[in-house]
Amino acid sequence: MSPKSEAKKYELRLYIAGKTAKSITALTNLKKYCEEHLKGQYVIEVIDLLVQPQLAEGDQIFAIPTLVRKVPEPIRKIIGDLSNEEKVLVGLNIRPAK
Amino acid sequence: MSKAPKKDKAHVQHPALAKTPTGITGLDEITGGGLPLGRPTLVCGDAGCGKTLMSIEFIVRGATEFNEPGVFMAFEEKADELASNVASLGFDLDKLQAQKKIKIDHVHIDRTEIEETGEYDLDGLFIRLNYAIDSIGAKRVALDTLENLFSGLNNQAVLRAELRRLFHWLKEKGVTAIITGERGEGKLTRQGLEEYVSDCVILLDHRVINQISTRRLRIVKYRGTVHGTNEYPFLIDEDGISVLPVTSLKLEKAVSSDRVSSGIPALDKMLDGRGFFKGSSVLVSGTAGTGKTSLAAYFANETCRQGKRCIYFAFEESPRQIIRNMHSIGVDLQQYVDKDSLRFFASRPTLYGLEMHLVTMYKMIKQFKPQSVILDPITNLITVGSVGEVKAMLIRLIDFLQEEQITVMFTALSLNNVVSEQTDEGVSSLVDAWLLVRDIENNGERNRGMYIMKSRGMKHSNQVREFVITDKGLDLVEVYLGPEGVLTGSAREAQILHEQTGEVLRDYAAGRKDREIIRKRKVLEAKISSLQTEFESVEEELNKTYQEEELVKQVADKTRKEITQLRRGSDGNDTVDNKKGKK
Repeated sequence: MSPKSEAKKYELRLYIAGKTAKSITALTNLKKYCEEHLKGQYVIEVIDLLVQPQLAEGDQIFAIPTLVRKVPEPIRKIIGDLSNEEKVLVGLNIRPAK
Repeated sequence: MSKAPKKDKAHVQHPALAKTPTGITGLDEITGGGLPLGRPTLVCGDAGCGKTLMSIEFIVRGATEFNEPGVFMAFEEKADELASNVASLGFDLDKLQAQKKIKIDHVHIDRTEIEETGEYDLDGLFIRLNYAIDSIGAKRVALDTLENLFSGLNNQAVLRAELRRLFHWLKEKGVTAIITGERGEGKLTRQGLEEYVSDCVILLDHRVINQISTRRLRIVKYRGTVHGTNEYPFLIDEDGISVLPVTSLKLEKAVSSDRVSSGIPALDKMLDGRGFFKGSSVLVSGTAGTGKTSLAAYFANETCRQGKRCIYFAFEESPRQIIRNMHSIGVDLQQYVDKDSLRFFASRPTLYGLEMHLVTMYKMIKQFKPQSVILDPITNLITVGSVGEVKAMLIRLIDFLQEEQITVMFTALSLNNVVSEQTDEGVSSLVDAWLLVRDIENNGERNRGMYIMKSRGMKHSNQVREFVITDKGLDLVEVYLGPEGVLTGSAREAQILHEQTGEVLRDYAAGRKDREIIRKRKVLEAKISSLQTEFESVEEELNKTYQEEELVKQVADKTRKEITQLRRGSDGNDTVDNKKGKK
């Protein structure tokens, strides 16, 4: 990770496979939620598996798109286009489950 | 929606029935050459029936024997777990991975770590698989167990659509794939994977009957090709999976007219003088303690003595026990064991099921390539199967052995003592030669009689021989056929003795008569000579009288003449007076 991300509380990785509609939706949704709830505390890394297929194994990616929360531990994964804000926030442990 | 990863067009076209050999012992024979090339095959079965092993063996054999690299995608076990699990089979996955011959990719799906929101697809999986395939140029793929996806993910509709796409993609990719699936209620797999894989479906089964477990394999379907439809038992041992396609449906085996000696010259003599046919099956049956094992050991001994190899499957005694016991009849089997020309394989029949016995034998025979095989006794196999099953198993064994031109000797214990008995296993009609050893009880002792019930294709003796076991070995002695019937044992000896005594007596009597005649002749001759002497004396007497008379007559004549002459000198009358006076 880059040095500046040390200050960031959240390190997020979004795996996509090409610029598909689902990928774009997912990225848009993610950016929106992060700006709303984690402003300034996050870094998003987008990995296109069509370009770097070798990275899929490391994070145990099988579905696309997948959002991986690397930091804070434990690692959480959210698959899908992230259209359900509630689920994403709970999944990322930003908001406790109701 | 999203594009599948780049396709390797080079592999898309296949001939309809091209097959990929699996390298799994026996499976290629059942499938007529292997799995469909470039297509997915579904292997399904219950937990613990060997699905994972079959798929990993397919990959490893491909890499090591057919130079076809393979990708193993594990949904259940981690790569290192898998490697240690199959290390016992001699598969060194780490080394093969380092050589880029195989690639193991563990797909970890943990429901607790995953949240699903909105639409997704399994492109990640496709990309990983594609990457793995391309990185080593894989020709084979195994997915074990794909159904784990279903337990990890909620969106069944997406999963099903994606699976369909996956199989399609695998076909286009041109890799030969094995997909494993858990067996479900009333259908082959829990998630109905058989709907997607239409080319070849193999069902594995693990059944326990009478506390003995047997693994079985059946090819449920194999589109576009003939295949064996039976359930075939298979074995997992230190060499991996061995499927047993022993049921040969054809009876077109090569036959040999070569002969092999039984090891007992007298028995060979009964068999047209030359012993059994090579590659034939011989059954030795008899009641307990009639020397069946001894006969078998003799045959083993003879095989090894000629520098050939023999396997002895013992179901009753341990090898050491047999070797020790055979020492007592002058057979030293240990020397051949040391030379590795004789192998013993002792196991209790209950160790595993019949099929497993068969597979084990099959494997050992394939490996050791003996010229003769002994099963002692087959009767004990009954304890693990019904008569029908034992018979079916033996048919397969005999078929296999005949194909390999191996002579086999079975021993069987018969419980009844009826001459026309059938053995319990009902194999008597299958075997080529049947020797029967039976007790002959007489005069308070028990002796063994042996005869040949049948021996196909050769002139054989119809005689009952006495089967004698001494510390020098086995021999067959002709029984004594006396006026009181067949005699054996000491009765035979006694009869022989009796006959010998008779002969001496006869000789003696004849001698006496001869001497009598000589004596009579001598008496006769003495009589003849005395009569002759008598005759001579009588003759002499007669001659003497005769001569005297002659002399008297001559003297008288002379005297008369003198008187006459005197008378003529005087008067004639004087002569008459003289005559009168003389009177």
